[in-house]
Amino acid sequence: MHNILSVSELSKTYDSRFQALKRINLDIRRGEIFALLGPNGAGKTTLISIICGIVKASEGSVRVDGHDIVADYRAARAMIGLVPQELTTDAFESVWATVSFSRGLFGKPANPAYIEKILRELSLWNKKDSKIITLSGGMKRRLLIAKALSHEPEILFLDEPTAGVDVNLRRDMWQLVRSLQATGVTIILTTHYIDEAEEMADRIGVISKGEIILVDEKAELMRKLGKKQMTLQLQTTLERIPPALAAYQLELASDGNELIYTFDAQGERTGIVALLKELNDADIVFKDLHTTQSSLEDIFVSLVKEEK
Amino acid sequence: MNWHAMRAIYLFEMARTRRTLLQSVISPVISTSLYFVVFGAAIGSRIDEIEGISYGAFIVPGLIMLSLLTQSVANASFGIYFPKFTGTIYELLSAPISYIEIAAAYVGAAATKSIILGLIILATAGLFVPLQVAHPLWMLLFLVLTAVTFSLFGFIIGIWADNFEKLQLVPLLIITPLTFLGGSFYSINMLPPVWQTITLFNPVVYLVSGFRWSFYDVADVGVGVSLVMTLLFLAVFLAVVAWIFKTGYRLKT
Repeated sequence: MHNILSVSELSKTYDSRFQALKRINLDIRRGEIFALLGPNGAGKTTLISIICGIVKASEGSVRVDGHDIVADYRAARAMIGLVPQELTTDAFESVWATVSFSRGLFGKPANPAYIEKILRELSLWNKKDSKIITLSGGMKRRLLIAKALSHEPEILFLDEPTAGVDVNLRRDMWQLVRSLQATGVTIILTTHYIDEAEEMADRIGVISKGEIILVDEKAELMRKLGKKQMTLQLQTTLERIPPALAAYQLELASDGNELIYTFDAQGERTGIVALLKELNDADIVFKDLHTTQSSLEDIFVSLVKEEK
Repeated sequence: MNWHAMRAIYLFEMARTRRTLLQSVISPVISTSLYFVVFGAAIGSRIDEIEGISYGAFIVPGLIMLSLLTQSVANASFGIYFPKFTGTIYELLSAPISYIEIAAAYVGAAATKSIILGLIILATAGLFVPLQVAHPLWMLLFLVLTAVTFSLFGFIIGIWADNFEKLQLVPLLIITPLTFLGGSFYSINMLPPVWQTITLFNPVVYLVSGFRWSFYDVADVGVGVSLVMTLLFLAVFLAVVAWIFKTGYRLKT
């Protein structure tokens, strides 16, 4: 698939000498939803800010559909829409005026029909004449999305799009993002909510301490790094794991009432059958069992821990 | 050129003036009227004519210049500072618009507002004193040049300021005193010789003098000198704005 965005050897050191980004290389494919995960201060917002022209890079380059963001900034920026993390708006402006302003700012002629379409899609049409100060937090978030979409961008950056919004609105946002992708918009989102990335992303990048430590297809990432666990609820409390079962690296939990076995679900043999047989031989009786797969959150936490 | 973007910023700023009509237009008109009442009618009636012009009429160009300078600086500085304060500056910085276009749009809007205000004050003055404009085109030229020059200055202040106190600091501590001491309410020929020389270091003297010449054909300094000095200030402020944009000073980290 053709890359719509290419980041090459990008570094950023602030005047305070804090190095926010260290030789970042990243390609974003046209039409995908890419989730950038990372703890606070990892460099997510700095990376987005450089691509969008808000922060200057110290080294390296960024090309948006072949346009260098410095030499050919007009063409590059015209393709990008940005929804910032903070709810930054002109409080006394009306919804209609601020969205129309954004469209003009990005060099597009007025198109009331298109602005109406966006506002209707974002359930803001009945608020079009309201002052922004009167909107709820969720409405302001949607307004920022409307502003970012007002000039019909091909790439949309969503910096923590669902931070501080309720569950229903989050699901609406996810639906909106999917519908945008269906129209061909490439979406790059940063999020703290791992389930958000797990739900929506085609590919996932993990950034930590200014370095991209992993980029992969979500499914592939889950397959490679995902682990399964089988939890056995024991009939009687076990004080310690019998030495005969040491090879299975079992974990005793819930004050000796549960045995946890971690295995590779993609491996040729899971070892489950052999374990159950040996448990039987050791007279360890269980009354129930269930399996769980590690979530993206577990993977993310373990990756970031390894970096530390 | 991104004309749509420049138009969007210009209209956005002008719309803000309409929203804040009382603060933007009516307040300066009221305060100028008060100057006329106090200096023109109450005190002015006891002052002799200056160079053949009644005191009330003599101060009109100075009063217009006072409002023009303070409002140009205030409008432009607030226009660019407010997006910085609210955080909406991200949209300007990420838009496909050059710095020159951003400055032209903000300065253009601020200068337009100041010029409109100057003309309103001129019309208001006509209600209090008999007015004559000897050189209307020169009057308009000085009006536009001064409004643009000091809107550029305001734009610089708006970028430099990182709090509201700094935003008010330059207009309050520099612009207003220099205007009052720059011959707005008197001819510098009325000062002792030493103070006449010192006053020539005040840039506002040249603006007021040139502007007054366009009204009454009388000036403290030659009109050519006034024009050159005004253009010099314009060049200096343009150079500072160019430097700000080149370095991203206070705009980009």
